Amino acid sequence: MKQDVWMRMTDIQKYFPGVHALDGVHFEVKSGEVMALVGENGAGKSTLMKILTGIYQKDEGKILIEGKEVEFANPGMAQKMGISIVHQELNLMGDLTVAENIYIGRESRKGIVLQKGEQNAKAKALLDSLNLDIKPNEIVKKLTVAKQQMVEIAKALSFENTKLLILDEPSAALTDTEIQELFRFIRDMKERGVGIVYISHRMDELLEITDRITVMRDGQYVGLLNTAETTMDEIVSMMVGRVIYEDPKTASRVSPDSEVILEAKHLCSREVKDVSFALRKGEILGFAGLMGAGRTETARLVCGADKKDSGEVFVKGQKVDIRKPEDAVKHGIGYLSEDRKRYGLCLGLSVTENIALPSLQQVTGAVINKEKLNKIAADYVKQLQIKTPGVNTVVRSLSGGNQQKVVIAKWLLRDCDVLIFDEPTRGIDVGAKSEIYKLMNELADEGKSIIMISSELPELLRMSDRIIVMCEGKVTGEIDIAEASQENIMQLATSR
Amino acid sequence: MDNKTKNKKLNMQKLLAPLALVILYIFFAIVGNNFFSVDTFKTILESAYFVGFLAFGVTFVIITGGIDLSIGTVMMCAALIGGVSYSSWGFPLWLALILILVVGTLFGLLNGVLVSRLKLPPFIATLGTYSISQGLGSIITKVQTQRYPTVGTEDAWFKSVFFSYKKFPVGALYLIAFFLLAAFLLNKTRFGRYTFAIGSNEESARLSGVNVEKWKTLVYMVSGLFAGIAGVFYAVTYTTVIPGTGNGQEMNAIAGVVIGGTSMSGGSGTMAGTLIGVFIMSVLKNGLLAAGLEAQWQTFFTGVVVIAAVLLDIYRNKVANKA
Repeated sequence: MKQDVWMRMTDIQKYFPGVHALDGVHFEVKSGEVMALVGENGAGKSTLMKILTGIYQKDEGKILIEGKEVEFANPGMAQKMGISIVHQELNLMGDLTVAENIYIGRESRKGIVLQKGEQNAKAKALLDSLNLDIKPNEIVKKLTVAKQQMVEIAKALSFENTKLLILDEPSAALTDTEIQELFRFIRDMKERGVGIVYISHRMDELLEITDRITVMRDGQYVGLLNTAETTMDEIVSMMVGRVIYEDPKTASRVSPDSEVILEAKHLCSREVKDVSFALRKGEILGFAGLMGAGRTETARLVCGADKKDSGEVFVKGQKVDIRKPEDAVKHGIGYLSEDRKRYGLCLGLSVTENIALPSLQQVTGAVINKEKLNKIAADYVKQLQIKTPGVNTVVRSLSGGNQQKVVIAKWLLRDCDVLIFDEPTRGIDVGAKSEIYKLMNELADEGKSIIMISSELPELLRMSDRIIVMCEGKVTGEIDIAEASQENIMQLATSR
Repeated sequence: MDNKTKNKKLNMQKLLAPLALVILYIFFAIVGNNFFSVDTFKTILESAYFVGFLAFGVTFVIITGGIDLSIGTVMMCAALIGGVSYSSWGFPLWLALILILVVGTLFGLLNGVLVSRLKLPPFIATLGTYSISQGLGSIITKVQTQRYPTVGTEDAWFKSVFFSYKKFPVGALYLIAFFLLAAFLLNKTRFGRYTFAIGSNEESARLSGVNVEKWKTLVYMVSGLFAGIAGVFYAVTYTTVIPGTGNGQEMNAIAGVVIGGTSMSGGSGTMAGTLIGVFIMSVLKNGLLAAGLEAQWQTFFTGVVVIAAVLLDIYRNKVANKA
């Protein structure tokens, strides 16, 4: 099948003060194809997409649409040419209806009177044409995240002439079944001849849904791959310029009779049903399960973030009373939340202040010694290779991977023996992911005990010594890494 | 190289508020009648006392992302109760002054418990104590005006120890001392650093093992204590304290904090900014008087300055983020 190149960007250059953000980037999308755009954070994907959608203006280079050169001075002009983008974060108004969200700013009205019926009919026609089972008058916040995502996409397509749809990490918040729903929808779009740009960090998705893959690194165009002819390893090594994935573990590094550091017995709460487990010294204990299986909730009970209805926690054989996070921290349990920005960091404060926050009392006296704290922070920056201009830099400006390292540093300084990593690599690019993995392995080798909650099975299989599987709030199985496979984990993780 | 220019830019930002203060002062020195004089300078200092103390205290609260609307009326309530204890209950003056501080701190404790333990929104909690303190002041005094000793009466030391001694503005020393104390608390103690952490991300601070309830309660108590200190200086400034007044002073204090660059959404702010903000208000007040404009113009221009200062701040941040 011969497809035409609908949009082509050639030799794009973009400079920001002091930074050469894009250096000769090529990018093209054909009608009816799914083009992946991959690269580590900071590779320039977003900048390129912002130029394509008219948010930024290029300094040099050409954008051709159907062979004709165009200039986008603002987002409206790109929209008019048929280019729509669905941003990573949902931009919907939860209390309004689906139809109101789709046509916000372009409401059907007669004079000043809104024509709700007409608008709902229009929305229904649109949703039907997309084979979406969503009612136009439903309140958006009552929909699942996946459906909300579809509404976003429907909104992008409601600009009648959409020829190119950019999806920026559309799967980040979706469960596996929801991702399949999204893919079905993307295939539908393809058939209509809409070109799709798909940005994602998840390799398995790229291999499944895309036709071609454009790889970027450090603001430069690295190469173009045909998805059918490539492998995950090839993509990743192009992205980072080196081969990085460690091999899956084949045997546990921890003997079954080594010291138990943390033990939970019969933990119960609304979402957690009689969960018991034991964590040994130097072990990485994986927690597998689907979204809503109760893994995060279990972790939050252990670290005192939520109140448990019943159950006991033992640290090194001693029963401990954990009612609030303060108690857990005192017993050396540190929790690294899946949502770093909301629960892990004070984004507006500096690297030093974030690292020192749990340990102020231990590290400095009644009067705070800033020089000492800065020195300690600088040591961790070096040790964990945190990329930051300085220890007084505000953590908001760091990349996801480096923010995660700041959180790790914070618990290392507090001298925690037990670290609970909840989705430690979510939203982190591939290069930084492998650094986080390496770091976790090193910590375990040093004798720290780690609980790792992850929804990415390959990651769990690569890292864990033992895997506990949860489903609907209960522990449904415990598998030694030697016997673990994606198949037997999934079997335990799905309800029977 | 890049970093250096950035640092310079930051320093320029920090200089903006003091610069505005100096410019304002020079402006009124030219326009105003008799403005550029030692007497006026003293008046500017003196009218900054109690607003200054209120502003120091509420700066902590605002940095946690909260608000304390009760400080003005708590200041009056404390000063009134102190007055009753001195004139009717036979307290010696020093004990009455301590009582003023205790009353302020207790109201702070009440605010702290309401906000951090009972999870009331700070606006609502302190709106409530705003009325409670104003009412309580009137109830305990039976709506009688309270008088503190002044020059030539018994206990005349009150004025000379706290306000002015042989024309020297003694109160300014207290303002400076408490400014240094507040800045020390904010920058050099765990209390201060937790104040920032809570304002930046309360849940993250909690999960880091910070006892947020305790520290937040303390923040409101410090605010209350400073309202008490302000009460002492209100009493020494005016010597007569009238029940039912004092509302609106919290707004002057909060305006000073905001002009000084502390963010109402929490997580950032400086004590030096607050001090300058308070003096900008004080220069404005006395400058407008010297320029022949009455009190209503001060009210009017306070509003203009607050809006201008915050707009400027937003613009400054935008520029800083772009670079």
